[in-house]
Amino acid sequence: MSGLYGILWQEFIVFKRKFWATSIGFLVSPILYLVAFGWGLGSGMEINGVSYMAYIIPGIIAMNTMMTSFNNTANSINISRIFYKTFEYYVISPINMTVYALGKIIAGACYGIYSGILITVIVSIFTSDLIITPYFIFIALLNCFVFSALGFLIGLLINSHADMSKFMSFVITPMSFLCGTFFPIDKMPELLRWFIYLLPLTHTNIALRTTGETPESMMLHAAVLMIYLIVIFIVSIRLCKKVE
Amino acid sequence: MLEIKNLSKEYKTVTAVDHLDLNIKDGEFFGLLGPNGAGKTTTVRMISTITPKTSGEIVIDGESIDRNLTVIKAKIGVVPQQNNLENETSAWENLEVHGILYRICKEKRRKKIEELFEFTGLTDRKDDLVKTYSGGMKRKLMIARALLHEPEILLLDEPTVGLDASARRKMWDLLKRLKSNGLTVLLTTHYIEEAEVLCDRVGLINKGKLLKLDTPWNLIEEVGKVTVEYFKDGETQEEFFRSREEANVYAGGLEGDVRIRPSNLEDVFLKFTNRRVEEA
Repeated sequence: MSGLYGILWQEFIVFKRKFWATSIGFLVSPILYLVAFGWGLGSGMEINGVSYMAYIIPGIIAMNTMMTSFNNTANSINISRIFYKTFEYYVISPINMTVYALGKIIAGACYGIYSGILITVIVSIFTSDLIITPYFIFIALLNCFVFSALGFLIGLLINSHADMSKFMSFVITPMSFLCGTFFPIDKMPELLRWFIYLLPLTHTNIALRTTGETPESMMLHAAVLMIYLIVIFIVSIRLCKKVE
Repeated sequence: MLEIKNLSKEYKTVTAVDHLDLNIKDGEFFGLLGPNGAGKTTTVRMISTITPKTSGEIVIDGESIDRNLTVIKAKIGVVPQQNNLENETSAWENLEVHGILYRICKEKRRKKIEELFEFTGLTDRKDDLVKTYSGGMKRKLMIARALLHEPEILLLDEPTVGLDASARRKMWDLLKRLKSNGLTVLLTTHYIEEAEVLCDRVGLINKGKLLKLDTPWNLIEEVGKVTVEYFKDGETQEEFFRSREEANVYAGGLEGDVRIRPSNLEDVFLKFTNRRVEEA
C-alpha cells in the first residue's frame, strides 16, 4: 500500500500549499446559489411542506460535492495525461494501475468531502434547516466517490480540454439542474422523469432529503450509487491499463 | 542486460519501429542515434511500457517486460524527453514521493535523496518548487529521480534536447560521471557529438530500422576517418578517405572551397542514409 500512501501524500502537499485558494474557491458557487435561490428567489416559498431554503440546502450539498469531486479528478487526470505527462510517470512506476486509480479517486473524493464540510459549516451558521444523520453523511460520501470515479474515467477517455468542457456542458451541468437539486423531479414530464431517475445525482438528492422515505427506498438510493461506483471503477481500471 | 528482439510498433499509417534487434550489455553506455522521427523515442517508450508494442519482445535481466509487471519495472529508470515532474511540489518532495512509490525504506530514501542532490548539484534548490526550475535543472532532477531506486538500466531519451550549450556541457559531465560509475545506460540522441563523447557503442537508426551498430570509432573507420568537404553544384559534398594522405591527394584535384577534417558520426549516417542526422 506504499503506492497509495505516496499518491495521497503528494495530493495532500498540493492541497496544503493551496489551502486558502482552494477553500475560498469552494465557497463561492454554493454561497451564490444559496443567496440567489434560497434567500432571493425562494424566500417565502415552500416545497413539500418545508421552506425552500431547507429544501435547497441538501441539493446544493449534493450538487457541489458532485462538481468538486468530478472536476478535481477529471482535470487532474486529464492534465496529467495531456499536459504535464505525469500520468506516464505512474505508468512507468511499479505501481499497479488499480492502486493509482484508487489513490486519485480517493483524493478527488476528499476534495468533494472537504467542500461538503465547508458548505455545511457555512449553512449551519445562518440557518438550522439542515439535519445531518449518519445516512446523510454516508450518501454524501458515496456521492463524492461516484463522481470522483466518473471524473477519473472521463479524464482518461477525453483527449482535449475543449472536449472536457463539452462533457461538463452536456452531462454535468444538466445533471446539476435537472436531478432534483432545485425542485422535485415529479414536476418533470413522465418520460424525462424516468430517465432522470436513472442518474446518480437524482438518488443523492432524494436520499439527502430523507423526509418520509421508507427503509427500502433508502437502501435503493444507496444501492444505485454503489452500483455506479463499482461499475465506473472497474471500467476505469480496465481503461487505465490500456491507455497511452 | 537489455535484449530487444524483433520489436515493432505500427500505427495506422506508419511503422515507427520496424523489426528492431538490440542487445545492450551490462555496464554499457549505449546510444541510439538518428534524426527526429527515426523511432528512438517510440523504442524507449515501449521499453518503459508507456506505449504498447505491436510485436516482438523486450527482455530485461532475463525477464520479459510488460506494463502490468510491477516487479521488473523497478529495475528501470526512465528520463523522458518531456518534463513529467510534479511542478506544484518541491524538488525534494518529488524525490520523496518517488522513493515511497518505489518502496525504499525511509532511512535509505532520505540518505539517497541527499546524495543525489549532491550528485546533480541541486542541493541549494532542493526545497524550491519545480515550476521555478530552469529546463536544465528539471532534466537533472529527472535524472536524480530515475536513479533514486538504483535501477539496473537507465533510459535517457534525448537528455540534452532544448538545453543551451553550457547546460548541455554540464549535462554531459553528469552523464560521464554516471558512466564511470558503471551504470548501464540506453541513450537516444540526434546530437552527433553527444553520441561520440558518451557512448561505448552506437546504433544508427533511421525510419524505425537499425542500420549499423558498432563503437563510434569503428563506424567512423568503416566509412573513412578523414572527410574532404567541398562545394559543388550548389551544395556541400563529402568524400571519405582512410588516411590523410589519400584525402590530400583528392583535395589537391578540387577547385574552390575545400576542407579536410576528421570524419564524425554525421558522416557515417550520411553515407548510409543520404540523410543528415541533425536535419529535422
